[in-house]
Amino acid sequence: MKKILSSKLIWVVVAVLAFSIILAGCGQENRVTLKVYNWGEYMDKSVIDDFEKEYGIRVIYTTYATNEDMYVSMKHGGSNYDVAFPSDYMISRMINEDMLHKIDISNIPNYKYIDDTFKNLPFDPDNEYSVPYMWGTLGIVYNKTMVDDPVEGWDILWNEKYSKQILMLDSQRDSIGLTLQMLGYSMNSRNIDELEKAKEKLMEQKSLVLAYVGDEVKDKMVGGEAALAVVWSGDAVAMKWENPDLEYVLPKEGGNLWFDSAVIPKTSQHKEEAELFINYLCETEIALRNTEYIGYSTPHTEAMKMLDEELLSDSTAYPSDEEIADSEVFEDLSDTLDVYNRIWTEIKAK
Amino acid sequence: MMRHLKRLYIGIVFFFLYAPILILMIFSFNKSRYMSKWDGFSLKWYADLFSDRDIMSALYYTLLIAVLSTIIATVIGLITAIGIHDMNKLGKGIMVNISYLPILNPDIVTGISLMMLFVFMKLELGFLTLLLAHITFNVPYVIFSILPKLRQMNKHLYEAALDLGATPFYAFRKVILPEIMPGVVTGMILAFTLSIDDFVISYFTTGAGVSNLSIIIYSMARVGIKPTINALSTLLFISVLLLLLIVNKRTSNNNGKEKVI
Amino acid sequence: MKKSWVAYPYVVWMIMFIVVPLILIIFYGTVRTTPQGMEFTLEHFKRFFEPLYIMVLVRSLYLAFICTIVCLLLGYPVSMILASKEYRDKKILIFLMVIPMWMNFLLRTYAWLTLLEKNGIINTLISFIGLPKMDLLYNQWAVVLGMVYNFLPFMVLPIYSVLIKIDKSIIEAAEDLGANSRTVFRKVIFPLSLPGVVSGITMVFMPAVTTFVISRLLGGGQFLLIGNLIEELFLKSGEWGFGSALSIIMMILILFSMAIMSRYEKENEGGGLL
Repeated sequence: MKKILSSKLIWVVVAVLAFSIILAGCGQENRVTLKVYNWGEYMDKSVIDDFEKEYGIRVIYTTYATNEDMYVSMKHGGSNYDVAFPSDYMISRMINEDMLHKIDISNIPNYKYIDDTFKNLPFDPDNEYSVPYMWGTLGIVYNKTMVDDPVEGWDILWNEKYSKQILMLDSQRDSIGLTLQMLGYSMNSRNIDELEKAKEKLMEQKSLVLAYVGDEVKDKMVGGEAALAVVWSGDAVAMKWENPDLEYVLPKEGGNLWFDSAVIPKTSQHKEEAELFINYLCETEIALRNTEYIGYSTPHTEAMKMLDEELLSDSTAYPSDEEIADSEVFEDLSDTLDVYNRIWTEIKAK
Repeated sequence: MMRHLKRLYIGIVFFFLYAPILILMIFSFNKSRYMSKWDGFSLKWYADLFSDRDIMSALYYTLLIAVLSTIIATVIGLITAIGIHDMNKLGKGIMVNISYLPILNPDIVTGISLMMLFVFMKLELGFLTLLLAHITFNVPYVIFSILPKLRQMNKHLYEAALDLGATPFYAFRKVILPEIMPGVVTGMILAFTLSIDDFVISYFTTGAGVSNLSIIIYSMARVGIKPTINALSTLLFISVLLLLLIVNKRTSNNNGKEKVI
Repeated sequence: MKKSWVAYPYVVWMIMFIVVPLILIIFYGTVRTTPQGMEFTLEHFKRFFEPLYIMVLVRSLYLAFICTIVCLLLGYPVSMILASKEYRDKKILIFLMVIPMWMNFLLRTYAWLTLLEKNGIINTLISFIGLPKMDLLYNQWAVVLGMVYNFLPFMVLPIYSVLIKIDKSIIEAAEDLGANSRTVFRKVIFPLSLPGVVSGITMVFMPAVTTFVISRLLGGGQFLLIGNLIEELFLKSGEWGFGSALSIIMMILILFSMAIMSRYEKENEGGGLL
């Protein structure tokens, strides 16, 4: 009996081993593999399939929840990404730390479609490192059936009436930044006293907060699990599609204006293919599909022309110039980073 | 009275253990994506599940890693256990204690220390690192399943076989292996299930494009409630049930003593 | 013939993948980078003793402690009933106790996520009988619930396997000597089941104190446990030094309590010297 068992077992092992080697072999094609690292729910996945089909390049698509997550996994994580989509301040940090390849614009003919307002921005003054992907603001989304006070400024997030109905972003720059702004300081404050005050304010808020969330904010707000949430405008657009009770407000203090751009990290071994991919994202039809799928605002002139009138006139997605006149753009604060890190850890650990 | 109370208590505990899983399973057939209402029977979440590229690739990697790490860990563990068995007291003590570390250490520490090692070695996190990590935490379980069997074995049998002219390998195959086979099988089953079920160590040691089911479930759960996860739980529950039934049947047929717990 | 040499390949593996990583953790935990290069420091360990981080540790221990107590109180009677005469032959019940252990623990946690939501099943039932909806998710009780649900079988099974081995004649002897059932339990059954209780406690407390998944999913990022802190330090803020120091502290804590626990356990087969 035992003898039969052991010889049988050896056969099973051999068979399984052979099978798995065959399986593993199937994955080993000689195609170029492009590692794309993007925010969660930030691209129509069918776009990737189409790109793979059209160019015969395999795409490995991975997501992150915050700029900091992305930065840390690029810096230490041992993954060689080819394309990523950091925001403004993170782009300047990565440029400063020599983490990005210069992009050869001549390989990106579709760059001409990018609106000029998104070029020559302070974080990349000569457009050498980044190609704009999406842009938007940081503000508050609320459920009209659950909030009866007027939602105007950040202070509503400290209103005890909505205790345990508030969702905050689990993102240190955004959460600390909005608190600084509410207190009348700059979102880019390096002043220790100001930061200390913001920390106290956030500590005070903690008992009112239902949760510090990432991508689940959409699901929660659409499902009516909370009344108020701090969100990026594009998510708000997508949420409003699914639940008309939701409304987005850019706070009177100004909110934050941000730009996410495609970059090629130095770890990339396929720079040309990465440029091909970025160029593909700037094709009118593709840019349109992405913006219509995820709800974020596109910097692509031609895609914008083809958008729904309704969406274009929605100030959530496309605010007028005066609406964003007071909005601040995040700057790289690498030198004060430990302070920010520590404040955020302390708030969450409290 | 007491009997009914006992029955009631057991009933409540099993209800607590099973109700959540059963509810997930029932709602995997719900047409609506919300669990607050029932919109009618539908198999669309199963269709979604099988067309989801990420989940399918995670399933593939989960099985591949489990199979490969089990085979490699069993071979290494088997050979090593025999070696350890023959060591002197000091060597044995050192070996046993060090290989106990991955079992005793919190998973998060094992995961992080391995991640640091791979980053330090400039290995790109991915399939290879995941496999190495799984082998590392599997080998000790195999060793500790085999060692007791070796201890129970009559050591003169092997020597007798050699005296009768068997080559060492032949004697190993014909004498030692059959004796310790139950331990080897237990070790294999342990290694396989630990590998399939692992989240924490995998989470820290894998990289872009390679995730296992646990990692996918974690990242999906962080985005929100998705009925495809319900469909996945139904399928996983059924496979676990079948697997355990088979294993239990096998062990009770064989010697009835060994239990896979 | 000595064939201990066949273990040498694994010795290499062990050094590579068990010893070196631990040395790396200790290295990162005791070093800081200055403009002049690396230097030895204990600042990461000092930072741990700030009240804030001590509080995180205390919270982790507290929640894991509650979880262990609940598991013990819930689980011990289950083991007793399952090991009792009338259930003894019902192998199916033990089988049913084992299955949840083998189910992916993320799925088990996810199940509660869907149940506890404001619009989840439990609240739907509550509002069905006319009561107001409750905040069930994202508080520490949700975290404890998730832990108990995940780890209860790890308490039941070790106790059960000890109880079932208790020699019936000892109990009968005690009964013959006039002990009532309470005394039998207090003086005979419970002391004899202690090894099972100890390994049950170990198997529940250890994973509960180090978890970061349950607290992340059911606690909504507010009930940071020591595991969450380590995860955040490594993956979010990239502070490997402090993260390593915390890992070392956690490791010492666990290994130390394991060492204490294992003294109470009966001879552990093939066990280490710890």
